[in-house]
Amino acid sequence: MGKQSTIEKDIFLPLLATVKKANLLNETELYLQLAMNGEPIDYVPGQFVEVSLAGIGEAPVTITSSPTFKDGFELVVRKVGNVTNAIHKLQTGDKLGIRGPFGKGVYPVEESKGRDIVFICGGIGLVPQRSFINYVLDNRDDYEDVTILLGTKCQSQRFFIDELQSWSKRNDIQFLETVDQGDDCWNGNVGVVTTLIPKIETKLKSAVILICGPPIMYKFVLMALKEYDLSRENIYLNLERRMKCGVGKCGHCQINRCYVCMDGPVFRYSDLATMPEAI
Amino acid sequence: MTIKKISKDAFKKFVNELIRQQKVVGPCSAPGDRFEFEQLESADQLRLDYDVTLRPPNRKYFLPPVETLLTYEVGGGYQSVHDNAEFILLGIHPYDLVALNQMDQIFSQDNYDSHYMKRRHNATVVACDVVTPSKDVFAASMGTATAKSGFDVLLTDIGDSYLMESGSPKGDKLLGKAKIAVDATTKDLEKRQKVWKENQNRLNKHKLKCDCSYLPKLLEKAYSHPVWEEKAKTCFSCGSCNQVCPTCYCFNIQDDVSWDFVKGKRQRAWDGCLLDGFTKVAGGHEFRKKREDRFRHRLYRKGKYVPEKIGSKTPACVGCGRCVHACLPDIANPVNVYNRLIDDLGLK
Repeated sequence: MGKQSTIEKDIFLPLLATVKKANLLNETELYLQLAMNGEPIDYVPGQFVEVSLAGIGEAPVTITSSPTFKDGFELVVRKVGNVTNAIHKLQTGDKLGIRGPFGKGVYPVEESKGRDIVFICGGIGLVPQRSFINYVLDNRDDYEDVTILLGTKCQSQRFFIDELQSWSKRNDIQFLETVDQGDDCWNGNVGVVTTLIPKIETKLKSAVILICGPPIMYKFVLMALKEYDLSRENIYLNLERRMKCGVGKCGHCQINRCYVCMDGPVFRYSDLATMPEAI
Repeated sequence: MTIKKISKDAFKKFVNELIRQQKVVGPCSAPGDRFEFEQLESADQLRLDYDVTLRPPNRKYFLPPVETLLTYEVGGGYQSVHDNAEFILLGIHPYDLVALNQMDQIFSQDNYDSHYMKRRHNATVVACDVVTPSKDVFAASMGTATAKSGFDVLLTDIGDSYLMESGSPKGDKLLGKAKIAVDATTKDLEKRQKVWKENQNRLNKHKLKCDCSYLPKLLEKAYSHPVWEEKAKTCFSCGSCNQVCPTCYCFNIQDDVSWDFVKGKRQRAWDGCLLDGFTKVAGGHEFRKKREDRFRHRLYRKGKYVPEKIGSKTPACVGCGRCVHACLPDIANPVNVYNRLIDDLGLK
């Protein structure tokens, strides 16, 4: 039988954090800057936290800030259900509960050093990727070519506009954007994010490729990448599931034998070969 | 290794003495000629001759159907709630005991679950060899007809008396209280061997066509087999199989708040992977929308994922037969599915 833990830490107990900033990024996305009331959380890009609102419930939210962000940590929350609707009503000074950080499958921060990196982001998929994107930009010399592809449904759904503008002004990264449906105000590329792949300047063969977006996107991006004959070990997918407990027990996030909350949420494509339910 | 013998009359007195000292739960009669573990008020209620209980005792007492994990004040902080009551679990069958030991590993490894483990450490587990096989038990096929370890005490009915073997310091302490018990003789041990041998034959109403340790390998090649769709055609997704299974432990977490939204509690409750919506995420996407995917997932957990996760040669199906009985369209029997796969895919 398992040894009794000398420190009986309750893995379900949230610790309190305070909202330092709360801004609506668009109709559905809320940006939160949070600070833990006690010890700051120690996280790496790709990890998530479970956000509690007493009386409503708990929801998993990926951390969008890089660990290099020193003023607390940042979340972006989409309004989709009871808990997230309640989170959208939060204002500066309000308190909420945080558990985590969770996830052992994280972005390959160390393994990518000295290599080219390509981020392929679909819509809200930008949120988790931003944690590693900003880490890379804050440690720019450690990495070679950096390419960011971002596809959004339409212009009004773009967010972090100032940051996107600063990326497009940089001359040490290639930043390409597209929208599925253009309008009169949009002068840029129109088409799904896969239409940007042929425009990537860096050599894909040896690059680390990181993909995150809605469930439907992965199949199409992987199909588009097939013609480049890439090694599956160089491709990482950030997979979402219904993470409930966050600690690998409740079973909801399981994909075949893996628990997304523990073995992920970031997975190497080569590891997904034995997980038919993954994509 | 202490093995004592106690007459059935003396055992009854012993149990009554234990009931006076602390909480004892054991198998009792339930409506409809069924059995269920309940808190004993008297040893008269104890039915160690039971065939199988409605709910598995390991889940009922260590991962209750609903339990409070935390309390909170809205706008304030959270406090852990742990169950500190000590109790004796008396009469758990070997197949349920194996399930309990598997759950001990699950809940202590990786992220230590203090709620489950506290209950576990507060319990003294007295297992009991099966006296009456149930209609659908197939524990022998799953290597769980008898158990040589994992208990604090093991009881075996040898006719006019019980043998009591201690399996731990807790077991030693409990046996020490049975002053009237005597040391078991060689003849007594031979009687016990006979019970064990008989149970290997009797607890096998549905015979698996392979050694149960082969199941993970069998399932490696079975993912696209038509049996999943065939069986799931009549699946109601009622989750009855999840409900009654001793090795199912998936749960949901929900908040319950007072009407004036001042105080509340966060609770954990049983959930089931066969239920529609188990994998639904915000935005509505379901990762296991088809019934055959959910049906297959459960049998993969039992036969492959969980045993591989905990390094167990015994599958995470312990052959209790509860799902076989509970499933209305009669599709839940794991042996039927695994045997079909063996017939079609072979044993290489």
